[in-house]
Amino acid sequence: MKIHEYQAKEIFKKFGIPVPDGKVATTPEEAEKIATELGDRVVVKAQVHVGGRGKAGGIKLAKTPKEAKEAASQILGMDIKGLTVKKVLVTKAVDIKDEAYIGYIVDRRSKKPLVMVSAAGGIDIEEVARETPEKIHKFIIDPEYGLLPHQARELALKLYDDIKLVRKAADVIMKLYKAFIAVDSSLIEINPFVVTPEGETWAVDAKINIDDNALPRHPDIEELRDMTEAEEKELDAKLKGLSYIKLDGNIGCVVNGAGLAMATMDLIKKYGGEPANFLDIGGSSSSEKVVNALNILISDKNVKSIFFNIFGGITRCDDVANGIVEALSTLKIDLPIVIKLAGTNEEEAKKILSQTELITAGSMAEGAKKSIEIAEK
Amino acid sequence: MSILIDKSTKLVVQGITGRDGSFHTKKMLEYGTEVVAGVTPGKKGQQVEGVPVFNTVKEAVEQTGANTSILFVPAKFAVDAIYEAGDAGIKLIVAVSEGIPALDMVKVVSFLNKKGTHLIGPNSPGIISPEKSKVGILPGQIFSGGSIGVVSRSGTLTYEIVNHLTNAGLGESTCLGIGGDPIIGLKFIDCLELFSKDEETKGVVLIGEIGGSDEEEAAVYIKENFKKPVVGFIAGLTAPPGKRMGHAGAIVSGGTGTAAEKIKAFESVGVPVAKEPEEVVKLLKEKI
Repeated sequence: MKIHEYQAKEIFKKFGIPVPDGKVATTPEEAEKIATELGDRVVVKAQVHVGGRGKAGGIKLAKTPKEAKEAASQILGMDIKGLTVKKVLVTKAVDIKDEAYIGYIVDRRSKKPLVMVSAAGGIDIEEVARETPEKIHKFIIDPEYGLLPHQARELALKLYDDIKLVRKAADVIMKLYKAFIAVDSSLIEINPFVVTPEGETWAVDAKINIDDNALPRHPDIEELRDMTEAEEKELDAKLKGLSYIKLDGNIGCVVNGAGLAMATMDLIKKYGGEPANFLDIGGSSSSEKVVNALNILISDKNVKSIFFNIFGGITRCDDVANGIVEALSTLKIDLPIVIKLAGTNEEEAKKILSQTELITAGSMAEGAKKSIEIAEK
Repeated sequence: MSILIDKSTKLVVQGITGRDGSFHTKKMLEYGTEVVAGVTPGKKGQQVEGVPVFNTVKEAVEQTGANTSILFVPAKFAVDAIYEAGDAGIKLIVAVSEGIPALDMVKVVSFLNKKGTHLIGPNSPGIISPEKSKVGILPGQIFSGGSIGVVSRSGTLTYEIVNHLTNAGLGESTCLGIGGDPIIGLKFIDCLELFSKDEETKGVVLIGEIGGSDEEEAAVYIKENFKKPVVGFIAGLTAPPGKRMGHAGAIVSGGTGTAAEKIKAFESVGVPVAKEPEEVVKLLKEKI
């Protein structure tokens, strides 16, 4: 789960990481009021779950409260990479002498936490990582002992020559590790970590992604969830035991298993169609889940045909078939349904479905082709 | 031969009295797996499908000689259940459980490495050496004994592909799902190493998906160390970036972990990648 910069900064503060004062606003008037309170030059920053806000015009400097109001009115409602800006962070501007990068991830390769620092921080860090990877210093952490102070100092020495700054940065590197672990983050970043001409240090931006699997033990962080309309639908599906992601095509897919669901989408695309969604009905699929899945698909007006691809393992094909029959009798479904069944209780399922008008397919490829053909009619 | 499990596998089922635990204990027994014990704290003395239940894994190991464990334990208790199996001296742990936090897995994996214990999963459908033993939830009827090793990050997609293999007369030596999470025990490379030493295995099917760089690492390993024919399949060409495609580990982020990159990595080391599940059979037959 992604959280906003202003929320991440609140977490930073709790761990003693220096963050410039600021507050979040949802109207230009609020932004003006916050700028007045801060009594200084401010930066107005779009709060959306996407990178590259600055380059998209979602971050503006304001010298007066009036300018802050103006900036907020421009940014609020703005579309950044498909997301509408609903909130802005109004925060004290700091003078920048130097920008560094500090970040942690859970590294899949080493299966350990990994810290990365770079003296070349700022908006082009991804380019730095690509073009000059030697400028990013990495260190794999032993999870048993955590990051040790001398290790943090060694990393800070890669950033600065001045020992005062080295100590300050090492302290932040340690604190950021504590935050990383405490909130079960999958990624935590300060970019840029700024040094001012006066030698002050600030986390000017903050990014935290939380491990979804850990959310049940962080109800306070769960409350920070801010969703778009599409994400609300996905979460609603998740609560019903379904994993759903809307796409732009017209062929609805219902599949058991995430890998098979992706392979089904790929196959539709391969034969010239466009999948309308990713939908995994999961392992032990009751007929209720099938009804819920169909309900989601028929609410998507783009869907012109539906392709069921079920490989029975724990999922029993007859459960799925019963679910379809139940859905057909309770929901109003005008869409043609193509179905490919294999595995556990396949024969029973075929008997159940023989009384319906479903179109059966003997293989995945045949199912994909048929659903494309029908969708195009 | 085969890898990791065979006729000598003696299984303890952690969480045997639960719904999934008891159901799959029955299925594994029917398949011919030697299930020697079950564990559910507080249920010592009971039996499930004729299998004796113990309070601790340690007790189960001492009294039955169990050497392998499978977990049907909710995510909340799964981490401790893995530690318990490791502490009891189990040599192979299969974690079916889904939803374990990555930072917990980081510690578990480090602990098991020191013990010399293999872990399959979490979020794994398990492992099967056809006609010998099955430790997991895979549908036994679609497998047949043979010489193809299959290793995968998913469940039902593997069944789809195995079904084509079996129908084409290509049986399997061992098939395992390594799990859909970001931090897992055995990875592709570890499985390839085991398949490389297994005389029975003549060829390998590697089924990957978006997210991480496990497939890219496998490609490097294959180029340098693996002499048997390999065929690949990668799911998720059409997956949008930044979205978790069901599995916690299946996510394209920061432009890395895309299916296109993985296919390229395989093809550059002479591993053909099937464009659809059915094509795996054809590519494999060309290579062996």
